[in-house]
Amino acid sequence: MTAAEPMTTPAPTGGSVEDEPLLVIEDLTVRFPTEDGVVSAVTDLSYSVDLGKTLGIVGESGSGKSVSSMAVLGLHDARTARISGSIRLRGAEIVGMSEAKLRKLRGNEVAMIFQDALAALHPFYRVGNQLAEAYQEHHPDASKRDARRKAIEMLDRVGIPRPDRRVDDFPHQFSGGMRQRAMIAMGLINDPSLLIADEPTTALDVTVQAQILDLLQDLQREFNSAVIIITHDLGVIAEMADDVLVMYSGRAVEYGPCKDILVHPEMPYTWGLLSSVPDVTSDPDARMIPIPGNPPSLLAPPTGCPFHPRCAHRDKVPGDLCRTALPELLPGGRGGHHVKRCHLTNPDAIYEAEVLPEIAPDLAEER
Amino acid sequence: MSHKTPEQGTGEIAEYEVPETSVPENDVATFSELVGHTHAAAKLDPTAEPVLTVENLRMYFPVRSTGLVRRKIGDVQAVDGISFQVPTGGSLGLVGESGCGKSTTGRLITRLYKPTGGSMEFAGVDLAKLSNRELKPHRRNVQMIFQDPYTSLNPRQTVGGIVGAPLAVHNILPKNQIKARVQELLEVVGLSPEHYNRYPNEFSGGQRQRIGIARALTLNPKLLVADEPVSALDVSIQAQVINLLQDIQQEFGVAFLFIAHDLAVVRHFCPEVAVMYLGKIVEIGDRESIYSHAHHPYTQALLSAVPDIKQAVTGERRERIRLTGDVPSPIDPPSGCRFRTRCPIAQEICARHEPPLLQIGKRHKVACHFPGRLGEHPREPFTARLLGVDREGQPDPGSSPATDLVEQPGYAETWFDLDAKTIGRA
Amino acid sequence: MFAYVVKRLLSGVVVLFLVSMTIFLVFWYGPQEPAQVVCDRQTSNRCGERIELYRENLGYNNAWYEEYGTFLKGIAVGRDIKFGNRELSCAAPCLGRSYLNDAPVWEEMKTRMPATFSVAIGGAALYLLLGIPIGIAAARRRGTLADKALVSSFLVISSIPYYLFALLVWLFLTISWEIPLFAETGYFPLTDNPAKWFSGLFLAWIALGVFGCTSYTRYTRGSMVEVLGEDYIRTAKAKGLASTKVVYKHGLRSALVPVVTIFGIDFGTLLAGTIFTEQIFDIEGIGRWALNAVYQRDLPVVAATALFGATILIISNLIVDVVYSILDPRVRFS
Repeated sequence: MTAAEPMTTPAPTGGSVEDEPLLVIEDLTVRFPTEDGVVSAVTDLSYSVDLGKTLGIVGESGSGKSVSSMAVLGLHDARTARISGSIRLRGAEIVGMSEAKLRKLRGNEVAMIFQDALAALHPFYRVGNQLAEAYQEHHPDASKRDARRKAIEMLDRVGIPRPDRRVDDFPHQFSGGMRQRAMIAMGLINDPSLLIADEPTTALDVTVQAQILDLLQDLQREFNSAVIIITHDLGVIAEMADDVLVMYSGRAVEYGPCKDILVHPEMPYTWGLLSSVPDVTSDPDARMIPIPGNPPSLLAPPTGCPFHPRCAHRDKVPGDLCRTALPELLPGGRGGHHVKRCHLTNPDAIYEAEVLPEIAPDLAEER
Repeated sequence: MSHKTPEQGTGEIAEYEVPETSVPENDVATFSELVGHTHAAAKLDPTAEPVLTVENLRMYFPVRSTGLVRRKIGDVQAVDGISFQVPTGGSLGLVGESGCGKSTTGRLITRLYKPTGGSMEFAGVDLAKLSNRELKPHRRNVQMIFQDPYTSLNPRQTVGGIVGAPLAVHNILPKNQIKARVQELLEVVGLSPEHYNRYPNEFSGGQRQRIGIARALTLNPKLLVADEPVSALDVSIQAQVINLLQDIQQEFGVAFLFIAHDLAVVRHFCPEVAVMYLGKIVEIGDRESIYSHAHHPYTQALLSAVPDIKQAVTGERRERIRLTGDVPSPIDPPSGCRFRTRCPIAQEICARHEPPLLQIGKRHKVACHFPGRLGEHPREPFTARLLGVDREGQPDPGSSPATDLVEQPGYAETWFDLDAKTIGRA
Repeated sequence: MFAYVVKRLLSGVVVLFLVSMTIFLVFWYGPQEPAQVVCDRQTSNRCGERIELYRENLGYNNAWYEEYGTFLKGIAVGRDIKFGNRELSCAAPCLGRSYLNDAPVWEEMKTRMPATFSVAIGGAALYLLLGIPIGIAAARRRGTLADKALVSSFLVISSIPYYLFALLVWLFLTISWEIPLFAETGYFPLTDNPAKWFSGLFLAWIALGVFGCTSYTRYTRGSMVEVLGEDYIRTAKAKGLASTKVVYKHGLRSALVPVVTIFGIDFGTLLAGTIFTEQIFDIEGIGRWALNAVYQRDLPVVAATALFGATILIISNLIVDVVYSILDPRVRFS
């Protein structure tokens, strides 16, 4: 981080470690050398999360949203991944940290819950034992009985009925919603300060999804942890997130407070995400406007703006700029922490005038 | 989801696939061109005749014990007496949570299963009763689009083989004309005719789903059963496929039975929607009735559970109906109303009697003892008099139960107007 | 679980019944009449008219099912066998008497079982003791040079025919290099002299074990690589577990499921008799006995060894399934 380009750091850092947010990621780059070439999964990514706050990371498969958060736990295999940049948790640098120190962080200071709880819990071990194992790993003095009691307490906390009996069930004996609750209980058993939830509700039905999202919010309030929620569902983001980071092709393309991003998006990819999903309450005249083409290859990312081969607003940028020059992550027209990576000069006006009337005619009229 | 991106799994690049970019770089549509190829939400044609009429359809899967002798110990009542119509060239949406029987219904209509009971009348023929041999000439009229574009295509067959197979199986076209027809179909679904000799693994998820759609279209079906056609796709691709399905519907006049758990997509695609819970239809009606005037507490709970982007605009949190617990087992469903164990307004009558599916609007039916808009559910059971019982559901000798409460497909000319407390008429 | 085992045992009995009947019928209607074989042998190939007598004595004039019934009865409660004008008793389980030396087949089998079992248990133990750890090590280092070298060298070994491999082992270790430990191969009862028992079988174990472990390395490696890519392994890592614990506690148990299945069948096959191994290393086991019986057309022995093999395989399959359900609770609870 040099003083010449302060704009690329969305959350101002500087000052001592005490002032720094809980998690600060700067210029994180993750590459995987493969036989076909180097996969650039994450490139120059920077963001930060405060205690008690929720960051939503949105993107499609291959956007790098999960790869970047796995890096926070140091879960990438050193033999297959090339990681550069900085990930600081409470000021401690995670990139290059020894495996022994990383293990003390994992499941303790930073916990992760995964999308498909049926696959993410071990099918051969009882749910309670899997929870107890997580507890004992970081409380070596705790007896088996203590760990079991803690496991029952956590299952109770996440709303599993009769936890003293269900603790001895195997994962396949739980329903989908209960498995995800158990997964959350396991994540929170050591009271982590950062919880990373990777598509925590994607595999669940809507009513169960609502239960889980409510639970996550309650628990966050109770434990005052920082939460990173990774999802492709902007509705989930709207419910959960304080800040939003939109990723495309391994890069941050838009980042800022949730309301700014969802109400005044300034990057055509974000517009595309908003316009390609309908809403249960939207105007019936609203259209589902797709993003043409397919997500880009990470082996040979497009030149210039990574989104330009699919961008329907390229004609509004003079010359060949989109194809040749990567736009910097710069503050948007409304100031604040809202930054975006786009060559358009008046994106807010284009959004209001062109996009909004098509995807939300009712809202467009109100403005 | 079956395929893994590097983001899932261990984070190592085990199976990284490189999706091809089908749109050439200098050929991106402008935004207005893009909008020109999209559709607003599909509109209802109230005059359309039904192409499919389903009545009292049932599917029970036997459950066997695990002991020495595998006795039959019960049934999974996957679908238990549902009735509905799909209008010619129109779309009916089937929504509900996993295990509600919506996918089983789709498989019954395409006769991947033989129903336990009920009828499915298509073009004057009851598909439910036909043997497999009798069914063959009718199969071409009803085709299916599957959820998972990664497993529903044979990886060892070329695109041409996959899409052309139905033509060969049904002896529709002489061999030398098949290729031309397949290439025409590929163009219809937005693929290039040159893709004829390629294999499915060379395509991205969205393109594979297009191949699946082309295969379903090969025989010019009159009805397409689409079972979660977009839920395995990336969000930006979902809209492409939905618009393609709308194109196809308008161009070829195909009717859709559209099965999905995503209420918003169903709302966009289907002018009429049926909500299922544990093998039963709990509410069915046109878009407006279901999404703006839902009268069943389950429909209301479902809708309130959908995360809403607009909350970010208003900054408010919408009040959510919290459903507790899980869906009960379809082997041993609750007595009376199947939703009562999780229903916020259930009373005694709900455990004793199954609520009939009553028509309460011109195109709106609901199966609830206490039907009403959110927050306006009546205190007294609306159905008690019709069933000949008192408010607790005990037999009421003084009353005369209605005799015509049998569930019918389609809508009647008259209905119970809940607001005016009279009989409504079209 | 108990009901399951009982059910499997019952179905095993049915299978054995069918197998024994098949074996019986194959010989009954086989290309060469057993009575002729016995007659020729006992009359130095001047059987001629006496064949009728032999047929009568051996029961070949009766209907096959009568004789099969007698055979089954013999297994259950024993029977008397008429050989010419002699009448010999045959205690249960009676598998008949050898045409070669009149000895009761079961008695002979009992004396040979320890040798075959010793070879099988030692060899199979090496399958696992060598194959699984090497497989795990290779899986953890997958893609590295060491992994590739190991996989390809094991592929070379396993592509040699086993009899050739065993022969080479014997030729080099015993004959060319004259290593004292391997000087005298063969079976010496464990109870008589444990040291000799060990040194006599050691070479056979090495040949079997080294050859077989190449397959087990491959199975274990493949299964482990797959398991290490599972989501629950990522979960275990994310809990902060040490990688040895991740691999051995969370990975190995899943990875062993397919290995156990193959091992059950392999071990059963070994227990039923190892023909090449016994022949090359001069071990008087069941395999060699069966081979010899086939040469000599010693029908009761051939039938008995076949039945023995089938029994062992059925039992080992049952054990595999029980172990399987112990490893995987989803099998137990469904």
